[in-house]
Amino acid sequence: MSKEIQTIQDPGVPAHKLRQTDIDPKAADRAERQVAIMFLLSALSTVLFIYSYFFISTETFIFIPLMGEQNAHQIFLGLGLAFSLLFIGLGAVHWAKTLMPDNEVIAHRHEFRSPDSDRDDFVKTAKEGAAAAGLGRRSLIKRSMGLALGLVGISPIFLLRDLGPTPGDDFKKTSWKAGTRLVTDPGDRPIRADDLEVGAVAQTLPELPAGQDHRPLSDIGKDAVLLIRLRPEDFNLDPERLSWTYQGIIAFSKICSHMGCAVALYEQQTKHLLCPCHQSTFDVTRAAKVIFGPAARPLPQLAITVDEEGCLVAQAPFNEPVGPSFWERSA
Amino acid sequence: MKRLSRHRRHKAVAPLLLIFALLGIGTTFQVAGAATTSPMTAAERTAAIAEGKEIFLRGCSSCHGLNAEGGSVAPSLIGVGAASVDFQVATGRMPMADMSQQAMRKDPVYNDEEVAALAAYVSSLAPGPEVPSEEMLNYERDGEVAEGGELFRTNCAMCHNFAGQGGALTQGKYAPSVMGVEPVHIYEALITGPQSMPVFSDKTLTPKEKLSIIKWIKAAEKEPQLGGVALGRVGPVTEGLLVWTLGLGLLIGIAVWLTAKAK
Amino acid sequence: MSARERIAGNVANYVDERTGAAAWMKKNLNKVFPDHWSFMLGEIALYSFVILLLSGTFLTFWFDPSMREVVYEGSYEPLKGLEMSAAYASTLDISFEVRGGLLMRQIHHWAALIFMAAIVVHLLRVFFTGAFRKPREFNWIIGIGLLTLGIVEGFLGYSLPDDLLSGTGIRIAEAIIQAFPLVGSYLAYFAFGGAFPGEAFIPRIYTVHILLLPGIFLALITVHLMLVWYQKHTQYPGPGRTEKNVVGYPLLPIYMAKAGGFFFIVFGVTALLGAVASINPIWLYGPYTPGQISAGSQPDWYMGWLDGLVRMAPPIEPVIFGYTLSLNILIPGLIIPGILFTGMALYPFIEQWITGDTREHHLLDRPRNAPNRTALGAMALTFMLIALINGGNDIIATNFHLSINQIMWFSRIGIIVLPPIAFVVTKRLCLSLQRADRELVLHGRETGRLVMMPSGEFVEVHEPISPEKAWLLTQHEQNAPLELEEKDARGVRRPGLLKSKLRKRFAVAHAEQVPKPTVEDLKEIEHH
Repeated sequence: MSKEIQTIQDPGVPAHKLRQTDIDPKAADRAERQVAIMFLLSALSTVLFIYSYFFISTETFIFIPLMGEQNAHQIFLGLGLAFSLLFIGLGAVHWAKTLMPDNEVIAHRHEFRSPDSDRDDFVKTAKEGAAAAGLGRRSLIKRSMGLALGLVGISPIFLLRDLGPTPGDDFKKTSWKAGTRLVTDPGDRPIRADDLEVGAVAQTLPELPAGQDHRPLSDIGKDAVLLIRLRPEDFNLDPERLSWTYQGIIAFSKICSHMGCAVALYEQQTKHLLCPCHQSTFDVTRAAKVIFGPAARPLPQLAITVDEEGCLVAQAPFNEPVGPSFWERSA
Repeated sequence: MKRLSRHRRHKAVAPLLLIFALLGIGTTFQVAGAATTSPMTAAERTAAIAEGKEIFLRGCSSCHGLNAEGGSVAPSLIGVGAASVDFQVATGRMPMADMSQQAMRKDPVYNDEEVAALAAYVSSLAPGPEVPSEEMLNYERDGEVAEGGELFRTNCAMCHNFAGQGGALTQGKYAPSVMGVEPVHIYEALITGPQSMPVFSDKTLTPKEKLSIIKWIKAAEKEPQLGGVALGRVGPVTEGLLVWTLGLGLLIGIAVWLTAKAK
Repeated sequence: MSARERIAGNVANYVDERTGAAAWMKKNLNKVFPDHWSFMLGEIALYSFVILLLSGTFLTFWFDPSMREVVYEGSYEPLKGLEMSAAYASTLDISFEVRGGLLMRQIHHWAALIFMAAIVVHLLRVFFTGAFRKPREFNWIIGIGLLTLGIVEGFLGYSLPDDLLSGTGIRIAEAIIQAFPLVGSYLAYFAFGGAFPGEAFIPRIYTVHILLLPGIFLALITVHLMLVWYQKHTQYPGPGRTEKNVVGYPLLPIYMAKAGGFFFIVFGVTALLGAVASINPIWLYGPYTPGQISAGSQPDWYMGWLDGLVRMAPPIEPVIFGYTLSLNILIPGLIIPGILFTGMALYPFIEQWITGDTREHHLLDRPRNAPNRTALGAMALTFMLIALINGGNDIIATNFHLSINQIMWFSRIGIIVLPPIAFVVTKRLCLSLQRADRELVLHGRETGRLVMMPSGEFVEVHEPISPEKAWLLTQHEQNAPLELEEKDARGVRRPGLLKSKLRKRFAVAHAEQVPKPTVEDLKEIEHH
């Protein structure tokens, strides 16, 4: 900054102002009583806390203004704990503010930079130490040490290999095969075509194979299918996709092609499916084509037909992997 | 007494008795098995249809057409059934107050009798879902709460939210809250699929399952707030708002007091 | 000497003979701490961390971090008889069977939300006052690290109960891992021990949540505090305050009482929230299954901006030679956050590069005196706010009768258009405030009293401001921008000219200021 411009001078730390409690002993006593009252309120709150824990039943409900019906055990337990802590704090702060000396103190900052003599000594010591180790001259030691340390450093990574299996072609497979019946979720009941009215939806899963009575969540995460019935003339599909529907009933994977949330929000009038996670919108009449939102691919369609007993079954497995994308998806 | 015992063996007695018995049994079954909440006689029904038609022409035909055939602004009502009419009109959705994205629940314009009349008229145009009877709505007896919760989360929560508080659909439409709705209207909504809502057929969501859902909804309505004020039951958004307003507000306020000089 | 004094003396002697603590204590019991409410924001975060440790330990005594399926037989009727993971069932037990369990769950979760909010406001205070400048750059980087780890820790924490809402969040996290180029599907299988959801994830994140991350937090927070202790806290400018001193109160007794008291206050407020406001009612969400979803699913607030960015992303997912690159997930989920947080971490060095200022700074900047920096902060905040709002677009739409599609478009366009506008508006605001300061110094405070002069003219009486205030308004430095010669004395062009030109551009913009009044200016005024 140029020396010609003179700035306004620093008037220094302002003079210390006395508080009421510094001047008037009665005010000080009053402050002391206030602090004591706060500590006592804290003690009382702890008593309330202990009482609520042991003696207020967890089934009692009381009405509290502004809050409505509340569980008495919970509310008094919580308020007891809260105020027992809060009043200690408020008391301590009030004590510090009113009774402890509040004279401002000035301390000096020291420069962090070490004195030059120390810095020189450090450099000398460091250099001597390095020379003594002899790494500079003995490159064989340096290189072999590098190899040893480097290798031992990466060995823990191999220990993590068994964290999980490799995916293989898991992503491409679901439980759906040709002839797998669609059953209700929950309930596991087969579904006939005329069980569904126009405008109806049904949450479905593949029928459990014989001998299995339990569906792991990992299977549900790929197998969940949504059935929707429209009028056949509502569809705007190419002949192949049309052949995957049955009398106006169309089936889609329920697992969003964006990030895997369940897509089952069907708007009957617009014939759109909405995923609530990121608002991707799919047009059912055009094979779940994406019309809004971040999803980049339509929901995979499951080809369906009926078996000899008139129950809805899959014609074939899904023609593409279900769920979110991954690098080798189309490979 | 003597006249009766003289005619007891008259040959017309048997056929007459048979006719009486048939009429008696038939009428008893018809009255007992009626699907409507207030069973009407044939005469009452005709009167209701006439009254309904009159109300319809006055209050509904301007959008739905003189013969309920629909138009550019309103769908056809032929085949929607008494259940649809009861749902839409008794919840006040119809008549619509304005031409907005969707009809909202509001104070109904027509009373119960008028609603029944409208329902009778519309269902006379073509067969459709009937209004469920009291017997069909005994969710306390026939439903299961836990099953209802599972069914709600699988079939309903994606639109109506996990606690039935409602949710957003596309283009400004929304799924309304299901709290404070009459059980009969919940049932009717499930079977008729009003507006954007799909239909939940009785074969894929059985009547008993529907009653379980209703039982769960009623339990959720009555469930007391546990752990404090419920903050709307919409999840982390309101919780975050409370932290940034009450939470930080209180703490920063106290910090300002803490560092202020005492007088 | 009283009995008490004798005992205290003996104890002190015992410890000092073994540790030499007296010398250290002597120096530090009188350590001076400047007093301002904005210096307590970091304390809120620190105390919240302690509350999290205490309440979290309580919860670990009952929580079962296992995904094996059990049938619920507890007291909450609407879930009786349903199949669920042991993690979910144990969380229900903590909420309904353990006395004080629900209270502790709620205190733990509220403390986590307050922890993150306090970190953010503390970061904003440090940023807008320039407290990250030398010698505190390293502490700033530790702070950004704490922020990032805090987001992860919170996410893992609320995912432990394995309920429908948090399980959905894990599904989305898995999709981000899976979308990673080349190795995504392998990383996902390793993280989850197989297909999603598998049985390994909750136990694994339990270890991270209660052991690994808290350990890292403890280490980082310790270094963070030690640096503040050793380098001494910064202070706001004012009368008597210089770059070479600290004006404030001693540790013993004032600061100990106030800081200690504040710990109880933070704990008390958190417990109050835990008592009166329901949070994370997992019994309403239901157990997680991939076939279910709720409308209005959001992560906790500190991840809302990530959700908002993912929602507004355009559906860009090119397939190149059969390989899928999910830019619609990677850009909002990894690349933009990466750029943001790296930029934040490096900011002290970026600013130093622009200003060329390598001196120590212990006096804080009033935000208006650093208009470029303040405007940059406002721009970043605007960006985050729009992303955050979009994360809740369905809740907003439902409650205010709007359309999610319209809100989405507002966010997509707004997030590009509004931050630069915020920058310009904020910078102009800062310069106006500087102008107002200058007026105040030169002409004094407007009192609102009108006086009629003998000539008939009305003038408003201006009261001169106090010397303390005048000092506060003029003590700041105003440095000219860096001078960077394009050619040296012999006419040879500098190497790296483009970088220098860029630097010069930034430097000039950064140094834009309203010149502050000097004693000369004041003398001129006196002649009026």
